[in-house]
Order: sequence, then C-alpha cells, then structure tokens
Amino acid sequence: MSENVLIELVKVEKAFGRLQVLRGVDLQIQEGETFTILGGSGSGKSVCLKHMIGLLRADRGAVRVFGEEITRASEPALVPIRTAVSMIFQGAALFDSLTAFENVAYPLREHRRWDEARIAARVRECLAAVGLEGVERKMPAELSGGMRKRLGVARGIALEPRVILYDEPTTGLDPANQRRIGELIRSLQKGLGVTSVVVTHELELCFSVSDRVALLKQGRIAAEGSAESMQHSDHPDVRAFLSGERDAGDVGFERR
Amino acid sequence: MSASQQEPEAERVVAGVGDRVLEVLDTFGDFALLIASTFRAALRARFPALEILRQLEAIGARSTTIVLITALFTGMVLALQTGIALARFGAKPYVGSVVGLSLARELGPVLTALMVGGRVGAGIAAEIGSMRVTEQIDAIRSMGADPVQKLVLPRVLAATIALPLLTVLANVLGIAGGMLLAQAQFGIDPSFYLQTITSTVTMDDFVSGVFKTFFFGALIAWVGCFAGLRTTGGTVGVGRQTTRAVVAASIGVLITDFFLTQLWVLL
Repeated sequence: MSENVLIELVKVEKAFGRLQVLRGVDLQIQEGETFTILGGSGSGKSVCLKHMIGLLRADRGAVRVFGEEITRASEPALVPIRTAVSMIFQGAALFDSLTAFENVAYPLREHRRWDEARIAARVRECLAAVGLEGVERKMPAELSGGMRKRLGVARGIALEPRVILYDEPTTGLDPANQRRIGELIRSLQKGLGVTSVVVTHELELCFSVSDRVALLKQGRIAAEGSAESMQHSDHPDVRAFLSGERDAGDVGFERR
Repeated sequence: MSASQQEPEAERVVAGVGDRVLEVLDTFGDFALLIASTFRAALRARFPALEILRQLEAIGARSTTIVLITALFTGMVLALQTGIALARFGAKPYVGSVVGLSLARELGPVLTALMVGGRVGAGIAAEIGSMRVTEQIDAIRSMGADPVQKLVLPRVLAATIALPLLTVLANVLGIAGGMLLAQAQFGIDPSFYLQTITSTVTMDDFVSGVFKTFFFGALIAWVGCFAGLRTTGGTVGVGRQTTRAVVAASIGVLITDFFLTQLWVLL
C-alpha cells in the first residue's frame, strides 16, 4: 500500500507567530483517490494544503511528495514537484494583468518549450475541459466568480498534473456553479486519472466527490475514513461537524 | 509602587525594546536576502526584455510629467533665491553657475529620486501587495516559477535604467526654468546665463550627480517590491505597506545620497 502513497504528512506542526495552527497532522494521500480534508474555517485546512507543495514549510515533522522529503528543499528543487502537483486557489489567484488565454498559457510558457500554435491548442483544450470556450481574450475582472474559479482550474491542469490540490473550490459560488465544480473535479479524476486533494467545509461537495475524508480539528486529524463510513460515523467530532453544531474549540484563524 | 512591582515592569520594557531591535534586524536581513536573490535570478534567468520594456513605460515614461514639473519649478525658485542672495555680493549675473551646479550635483538627482520614489515605490508596493493578498504570488510559486525573477528583477532593472534618464531630463528642464526666471526677473541674457553654466559646471559635476541615480533607482524598486512581498492582512495591509514603501524609499534615498556623495568625493 505504501507504494502508491503520493503525498504524506507526518506529525506536521506549524505556527504563525504565537498561533499554533497545525499540532501534528498525519495524512496519506494515495494514488488515484479523491481525498477531502474537512474542517471549519480556521481549522488549518488550507495551511495543510500549502505544505504539500512547499508554499509553507513545516516547523516540525515531515512532508513527503512522491517519496521525497520537501520540508527543507530549496525553491528550485521544488520545481519538479510543483509542475506535477498543481494547486487551485480559493480566490482563483488569476493574474489580473493577463488575459484568460495568457493565464492558462503561463505554466506552459514557464515549463514547456513549445511553439505558439502548440501552446494555443493546449490552452483551448484546457478551457474546453472546464466549459470556458471563447473567453480567451477576456481579462479575469470581466469574468463571473464561477468562471474565474473554472479558469483557475484550466490553468491548474495545463501541465497535466498527477495531483490537483483544491483550496475551498466552491466557496462563494451559487448552487449551480457549486455543482458544476463538483462535476469538474470528478470528471478530471475519471478522465485524466488525477489524484485530488480537496479542502472544504461544504458537506455536499465533500460527499459527492470524495473517496476518503479526514476531519481536521484544532490542528489535528480528529477522524479519518472512507466517505461512506465518515457519513455514518459515531465519532462525536464528526457528528458535531456534520450536524453543524457550533464548535467553540476552533481558533478564529484566517490567513491571507 | 513597590520595588517588587517595578522589576517586572522594567523587564517588560527591556524585552519590548529587544523584540523591536530583533524585528528591525530581521527586516534588514530579509531585505538583503531579496537583493541577493535578485542577483541570483539575474544570472539564471533569460533576459526579461519584454517585461523590462513594459516596466520602463510604467516606471520611466509615466514619471516624466511629475519630474518635469518638479524640475522646472525647482530651477525657477533656485534662480530666484540665488539671484536675491548673490545680489548682496554684487554677483547677480552669475545665477546660472549656482543653479547649474546645485541641479547637476544634488537637486536634480535627489528631487527626481524623491518624486519617482513616491510614485513608483507606492505603485510597485500596491501592485505586488495586492498580488500577495490575492495569492497571486503563491500561484506563481505553485507553478514552479520564481516571483523574484518574474516581478522583482524587471522592476529593479527598469528603475535602474529609468532614473538616470529622468535625472538628465530634470537637469535640462531645471536649467531652462532658471534661465526663464533669470531673464524675466533679473534681466540676465540667456546666452550669458548658459555661458556661466558651461564655464562652471564640469563633466565631473554632471556625472557625480547622475552616477548616484543608478543606485536610487534600484533602491526604490527594491523597497517597493520588498514592501509588497511582505504584505499581510488583506487590503488594509496593502495600504500600510504602500505607505511604508514611500517612507522607506524617501529616507533611503536621502541617506544613500549622503554616502554616495562622500564616496564620490573620496574617489
């Protein structure tokens, strides 16, 4: 089993100033699965995700991606991992100064020595995959929230990653767009065989896309299991989260 | 207050001062690291010609208006003041010498750097700061690209090229402003005015001024980028970092000006 573990967090601890956000997180992401980290706002789920491509470095513990320890790797040494593991940001993080086309072309221009025709073909392919044909010349500011999110996904799949990390992919979207993103995550997993890690607090998304689910609470994994078993779990923390009980234990933590 | 209560109080003050000192040292250390990684990026990267051109337009071309207005009025007020002062020694006709020397050696470079530092330092800090809080900087890193190479390097290079050019422009306009005023107010003939300048201001004076502006340009861009990259706390943070960038760029220009001038004198 350990052969097809792609990403592994071992006792990861992370603090910002005096605020201890992760207090020893253990996670294993296996090849081909869709794994969801569930948790309230401020539980440190996004922080967890950012450790997986070295955007944040653990204070203690280990982060292994494709079997390689990355906690102390230099930025240039992380490039191969970052081209194979792509991250979809909460606010899409599109480049405001570039057109939709150039946003998707960005990773290709950085890592592929392709001619313009080939880049254009790949960009159109990615835009089509997220249902955004014909927006090539638009600036991100001209697009709706749902379209921006999907454009972010198009950029994220341009390099044909093995793993896609989704940071709150449906937050701030209307129900139709939420469903659409859920379908997109599933179709990318089925179509391209990518491994997905989703961070969310939305139960509908969680149980519609996930193979396995972990609940993050107060900087630790409180419970973990298959989507099915988590949905019917008797674990008090899981029950409390699923039924929407107010959780006084979480720190009001927001990082921007 | 008893002695036992005073002691923890004193301890807190000392600890507070210590924290602050460490914070300042930490900031300077990070700034030095940014400069170092810019040089590393310059060695590694393909020359970002297109992006430099874009930045030259934003940093250089679009600063010409404020630089020209500043220079024109500085030249005029300089001529006015020195005209009045020199009249006391009966040396009023030599207004041009003083205006030319002051502008070429000091005021042209420094006023240009202060104006550009305000405009460009704030612009860079706000742009990069906004990118930072909307996770665009993280996005660049997440795609295996280097924000220093993509954002900092072209801005530093463009500002280093633009500032000397703007300064030359400022010198010319300032001298022209002084000339207009000298004729209108003191009846000094323009050709005599220019002759007093060419006979007093040497190439060394001119170069000593322009040489400083290469450093000012790089400093302004680095400070703006540094402030932007360290932004936290959403849009409020962007505003705070923008203010910091302008203050730091202005003070930085004034302090490095002194040392660069000393250096030139010693060499």
